[in-house]
Amino acid sequence: MINTAIKKFNSVAELEAKRQEILKDRNSQKTVIAICCGTGCQAYGAKKVADAFEEELSKAGLGDKVEVRTTGCHGFCERGPLVVIRPQNIFYQRLKISDIPEIIEKTIKNNEVIERLLYVDPMTKDKKVHEHDVPFYKKQMRLVFGNNGNIDPTSIDDYLAVGGYKSLAKAISGLKPEEIVEEVIKSGLRGRGGGGFPTGWKWKSCRDAHDPVKYVICNCDEGDPGAFMDRSLMEGNPHSVIEGMIIGAYAIGSHEAYIYIRDEYPMAVKHALLAIKQAEDYGLLGENILGSGFDLKIHINRGGGAFVCGESTALMASLEGKVGEPRAKYVHTSEKGLHDKPTTLNNVETWANIPLIIEKGADWFNKIGTEGSKGTKIFSLVGKVNNTGLIEVPMGITLREIVYDIGGGIPKGKKFKAIQTGGPSGGCLPESMLDLPVDFDELTKAGSMMGSGAMIVMDEDNCMVEIARYFLSFLEGESCGKCVPCREGVKRMRQILERITKGEGEEGDIELLEQLSQAIQDASLCALGGSAPNPVLSTIKYFRDEYEAHIRQKTCPAKECKALITYNIIDANCPGCGLCYKACPTGAIISQGKKMPVILDQSKCTKCGACFDACKLHAVEIR
Amino acid sequence: MINLTIDGKKYQAEEGQTILEVANRHGIFIPTLCVDEAVSAYGACRLCMVEIERKGRKKLVASCLYEVEEGLAVSTQNERIANIRKTVIELLLARCPQSEGVQAMAKKLGVTCSRFESEKPENLCTLCALCTRVCSEVVGKSAISLVSRGTSREVALPYYEDKTDCIACGSCAYICPTGAIKMEDGNGMRTITWPNCQVSFNLSAVPSAAPNGFPKNRSSIS
Ligand SMILES: Cc1cc2nc3c(=O)[nH]c(=O)nc-3n(C[C@H](O)[C@H](O)[C@H](O)COP(=O)(O)O)c2cc1C
Ligand code: SF4
Ligand code: SF4
Ligand code: SF4
Ligand code: FES
Ligand code: FES
Repeated sequence: MINTAIKKFNSVAELEAKRQEILKDRNSQKTVIAICCGTGCQAYGAKKVADAFEEELSKAGLGDKVEVRTTGCHGFCERGPLVVIRPQNIFYQRLKISDIPEIIEKTIKNNEVIERLLYVDPMTKDKKVHEHDVPFYKKQMRLVFGNNGNIDPTSIDDYLAVGGYKSLAKAISGLKPEEIVEEVIKSGLRGRGGGGFPTGWKWKSCRDAHDPVKYVICNCDEGDPGAFMDRSLMEGNPHSVIEGMIIGAYAIGSHEAYIYIRDEYPMAVKHALLAIKQAEDYGLLGENILGSGFDLKIHINRGGGAFVCGESTALMASLEGKVGEPRAKYVHTSEKGLHDKPTTLNNVETWANIPLIIEKGADWFNKIGTEGSKGTKIFSLVGKVNNTGLIEVPMGITLREIVYDIGGGIPKGKKFKAIQTGGPSGGCLPESMLDLPVDFDELTKAGSMMGSGAMIVMDEDNCMVEIARYFLSFLEGESCGKCVPCREGVKRMRQILERITKGEGEEGDIELLEQLSQAIQDASLCALGGSAPNPVLSTIKYFRDEYEAHIRQKTCPAKECKALITYNIIDANCPGCGLCYKACPTGAIISQGKKMPVILDQSKCTKCGACFDACKLHAVEIR
Repeated sequence: MINLTIDGKKYQAEEGQTILEVANRHGIFIPTLCVDEAVSAYGACRLCMVEIERKGRKKLVASCLYEVEEGLAVSTQNERIANIRKTVIELLLARCPQSEGVQAMAKKLGVTCSRFESEKPENLCTLCALCTRVCSEVVGKSAISLVSRGTSREVALPYYEDKTDCIACGSCAYICPTGAIKMEDGNGMRTITWPNCQVSFNLSAVPSAAPNGFPKNRSSIS
């Protein structure tokens, strides 16, 4: 696939000439079938769908008239495999191989829309023909993520066709490094990896550090469970990240860069390696980039997959071949980082924002978002919400818009209870906070945080004490174990929460949790410990009554904590149909014959809930 | 010379000194359980947290790691610091209730019992990493290290048995503040017992020592 007669561009003009050549070759009216082959859609068989498309098209003699383009993740993974037919933008979802001949016959040849493949809005029951009308996409602003669905990530020409490496050309030929740093400062961009530190200031202190050797690092560790935006960007549009890194390295004065990718992301590694090779072949990376005299080498490093290795100092230790444990950074890593040299570490999404800022300017960028948080942010929206997936929205959008307009509300008519933002160490915000604008500072003020951008929606069936216990047990397992408050303290907090969910909570437990939280926040060595109490503090703050119900009344209001509930048969509703009898794995349901209510033997019941789920007549109740 | 204040009093310090060093020199008490002059600071126990004020901003830092700078204002005592000290020492008391070092520190801090239950009362190791630091930094070996993450972390030889790098010098046992490492000599053997492994070495007098006290090969060179 790689052209043997690769031309290395020695100037910006040569690059632009190539871009014009690619665009001329591409007829904008040509039909393109963009098939998502991101990790999510591949799990539903997208690769086979793509192959089948190729095969059927050539059978129909359309092989050269229609282009099949395998792209990265489009975000709406739960509806995969996804296909968008351009230029009309027809959106088909949950495709099967057997659907393909029909699509070619009707849609490709006759421009007819196939109703049964369309997305049905669960709220209005309307069928949506176009991608941009699907509610999941409608309120999004896909500046960074949008090209994922347009380009084949393994083709640098695809990236050039959408304007790729224009910003690098602009930076390297027309801007002084200091001007780029100033532009990034002016844009107001804050790091997307969690802390939200202003990117430009970080660059500036690294640029100003006195050392001829400087490093640039891209953090693609992405340890947050449920988060997959960095993976999707690296898989679906690796050149956008690399372009950002080259511009950053040029601005800072660094000639060596690393991409630290977790080992569980093989496709991200593959696409990043390929993109580096392609960029080098084109003279966009390596020595004398575009004839400017600037050199940069980018290496790829695979991380072992420990959550804590995403922390900046632990990541650098790991890059140096040491144990991935954090250390105190009273001297910033921008002055003394990797190998004690000035180092700039940014998140994947942060890097991918850079080309946009350079191309369109800081003033354009900082018109989007809020006073303190500029631009867009990619979130992964999961949990008890109708539409799950990756979304990119402008900062300042409210949680309500995310949950209801984009997420399509709560499934099965249940009531919304809370949304956890910021991943495992973020906080849970209640319904009364739904109108909170999503912004670094607002989320922190509310007792949660932006974090990496994982959002988990919870409904009335989620017990908030149990949720807190769950996250703390994750963090306990991920603590590196170096400092006492995190290692021992988080474990003790988890134990107290566990007692409470078992009905063994005591008066004073809430206060003890609060006091432990304070010490752990204040004394932990790194932000893992520092933010670990968030799930507990935020649930105490907003759902204190649930804690009290567990401790004082020994009940679980959400009816989730097994030790505090019993299943019972409502005789009046039970005609003895036996559905629950069949479902029960322990023989706890005793049938008394047809038309007689069943009996539930509490001594045998393991509280698995199978009877409750099986009963169609609401004859099983949880008390 | 750097000027700073600790608890409101003025002091002078040299560049590169940590807050803890300056405080110690002037007899100001800051509790520690993971510091020893012989090895580099590590910042694991967090007992030494103090509050600093710089350019009007307050922040809690580990005094064993934080290097002093001009105009720094340090407080070694306030409610948050007291909460940290009390919590950390209670957590350690629960982890190793029989460790004399921990008990002594608890007493100093006015803590007599822990609110947390002890799960393995015979455990003595606080995971301060003094032993692994002395082995690598002073002895120049890395015969032992901290393995595993989180609460399963422990001091051990590689694979719990590979003693190849250990020279049986005993530095680790000597520096361990909790008695978690034991060293015994007898019957021509030296046995070192780390919290999770044990190795015996043959003790042999240096046979090649010449009467003048120099090893033979050495005297022959000179
Ligand atoms: C426990 C822990 C895990 C982290 N994991 C990640 C991660 O997976 N990816 C990431 O980009 N940043 C992660 N961070 C944040 C990084 O330490 C760092 O702040 C960030 O990568 C800087 O990039 P930014 O300025 O672009 O946000 C983590 C931080 C902590 C404390
Ligand atoms: S809850 Fe489970 S074990 Fe109990 S009765 Fe129902 S099905 Fe059986
Ligand atoms: S006795 Fe062995 S493990 Fe201990 S310090 Fe000496 S060389 Fe290291
Ligand atoms: S064995 Fe002793 S010196 Fe080593 S970590 Fe444990 S308590 Fe510290
Ligand atoms: S993988 Fe296809 S939409 Fe995400
Ligand atoms: S003495 Fe500073 S952390 Fe232990």
